[in-house]
Amino acid sequence: MVRRKNTTTLRITASYVVLMVFSLVALYPVWQIFNISLRPSDRLLSTSLELIPANASFGNYSALFTERPFLLWMLNSTFIALTVTLTGVALASTCGYAFSRYSFIGKKIGLLSLLVTQMFPATMLLLPMYIMLVQLHLVNSYLGIVIMYSATALPFCIWQMKGYYDTIPTSLEEAGKIDGCNEFQTFVRIIFPLAAPALVITALFSFMSAWTEYVVAAQILQDTELWTLPLGLKSFESNMGSEWGLYGAASVIVTIPVVVLFLSLSRWLVSGLTLGSVKE
Amino acid sequence: MQSQTLRHRIYLFILVAPAFVVLFGVVIYPFFYNIVLSLSNMNLRHIRDWRIIGFGQYIKVFTEPSQPDFYVVFLKTVIWTVVNLFFHVVLGVFLALVLNQKEIRGKAIFRAILVLPWAVPQLIVALTWRGMFNYEYGSINLMLTQWFNIPGVQWLRHPLEAFIAVIITNVWLGFPFMMVIALGALQSIPHDLYEASDIDGASWYHKLRHITLPLIRPVMVPAITLGTIWTFNNLNIVWLVSNAGEPSDQTHLLVSFVYKAAFNFYRYGYGAALSMVIFFILLVFSLTFMRKSKATQNVYS
Repeated sequence: MVRRKNTTTLRITASYVVLMVFSLVALYPVWQIFNISLRPSDRLLSTSLELIPANASFGNYSALFTERPFLLWMLNSTFIALTVTLTGVALASTCGYAFSRYSFIGKKIGLLSLLVTQMFPATMLLLPMYIMLVQLHLVNSYLGIVIMYSATALPFCIWQMKGYYDTIPTSLEEAGKIDGCNEFQTFVRIIFPLAAPALVITALFSFMSAWTEYVVAAQILQDTELWTLPLGLKSFESNMGSEWGLYGAASVIVTIPVVVLFLSLSRWLVSGLTLGSVKE
Repeated sequence: MQSQTLRHRIYLFILVAPAFVVLFGVVIYPFFYNIVLSLSNMNLRHIRDWRIIGFGQYIKVFTEPSQPDFYVVFLKTVIWTVVNLFFHVVLGVFLALVLNQKEIRGKAIFRAILVLPWAVPQLIVALTWRGMFNYEYGSINLMLTQWFNIPGVQWLRHPLEAFIAVIITNVWLGFPFMMVIALGALQSIPHDLYEASDIDGASWYHKLRHITLPLIRPVMVPAITLGTIWTFNNLNIVWLVSNAGEPSDQTHLLVSFVYKAAFNFYRYGYGAALSMVIFFILLVFSLTFMRKSKATQNVYS
């Protein structure tokens, strides 16, 4: 019995050590971003490993807003991300519902092709879409980028909404029918409000992916006035040059809202994936 | 009755049509357009006067003596995917098992910290790690020299070291996803299974091997499939950490290789053909993996 107790203590101590070590590994690079953002311009390239740089200041943060068009990029990003979110939610909530509740010609192929799009390499859609946008004169425009982002986010959003609707019992619709609602009314008044959590997740997912996307934006948006936050951020980086501190500050500002949302949602983000399989 | 089915059909049409119109315009049409491009000679010199040339671009993908070579890049992509997935799953499941023990306090805090690498935008992860791999001022080399007295490594100047740097970055950002999935699965295992095996005097290893792993398996298999596809196709990390394939295009994976061909060298036909090849590799992989794991799952239950 005593031996058993000893091994338990040992196991728990070892567990805490493991958790501490991995927490440090997870935290250090994140802290590093914060560290860079506080560096005054004469300490950008330092060979010291201190956690808070000497002469730390918030100068980089104010420089972003006073000397750089950072506020404009922020507004651009917000506008683009909100448009993508609205489009995504409107289309995914209706289409996902149809996929969950009704049978129609092409349903199976439709669902399958939604999954298959996840296997497309980035260039598979980016290249033809880019050429199409060039022909339609939509390169270097918000419309072009909104189309691209909605296209890439939509399949996943539809899939996610369908998965959530599947968990709502159909008896609710039957009850609605008995109460004299038509199909449309049952959807809008009964099912839609119940699906609110999934709608929120879908919305935040589309918002975050548009807010942080770089590779597509780099091809489509060329004028600095049209840039989004990731493009601005990348322009500061340029191999740890003189704007390395601005890079840090911009990264902190871009990251904070995403991390806050993410931590509060991570449980939900994966629930769609685990839901179906655990119950068997 | 007749009018009701008609109304039902119209209603259904209104539900599905908008999304399908959009998907047709931005997914299905470009997909077929990509096939057409892959059969054409479109590039910087033939932007407007391009024409269909047949399978020439596909033949080029497999036979053109390019620098880097297609087969080398393909092999690297496979190594990249396998090594990443191995560490993601092993670290993720291991941390989930450690975190899920009932005696551990502060679970929520540890979980939040360990999820951070997944939460930070990939662009920022990549650029920050690139800074940390800097030869003179990056904190990795500073730690090596100041704490362990090991000479600094030229991380981003040599192909092998750069490849390792990209993998380290991606392992760091990828394990939390598997951890969260595994945690969710572990929490759904009923406690009485463990209690029963305790009465039978089962060892720690025995419980892991015969209760825990088989029961989290149905959740892990789709997660691993998804993870494989995401890792295989992850352009952000390799492109940004190696700064578009540095040194001299020797750090490419298939996705960055094709991105460079299309958007830096304007080889549209070639890029479209290579995209198709990558897509087929993934399609074949996913189908066989899902089928195989389904077959073995039946053996378990």
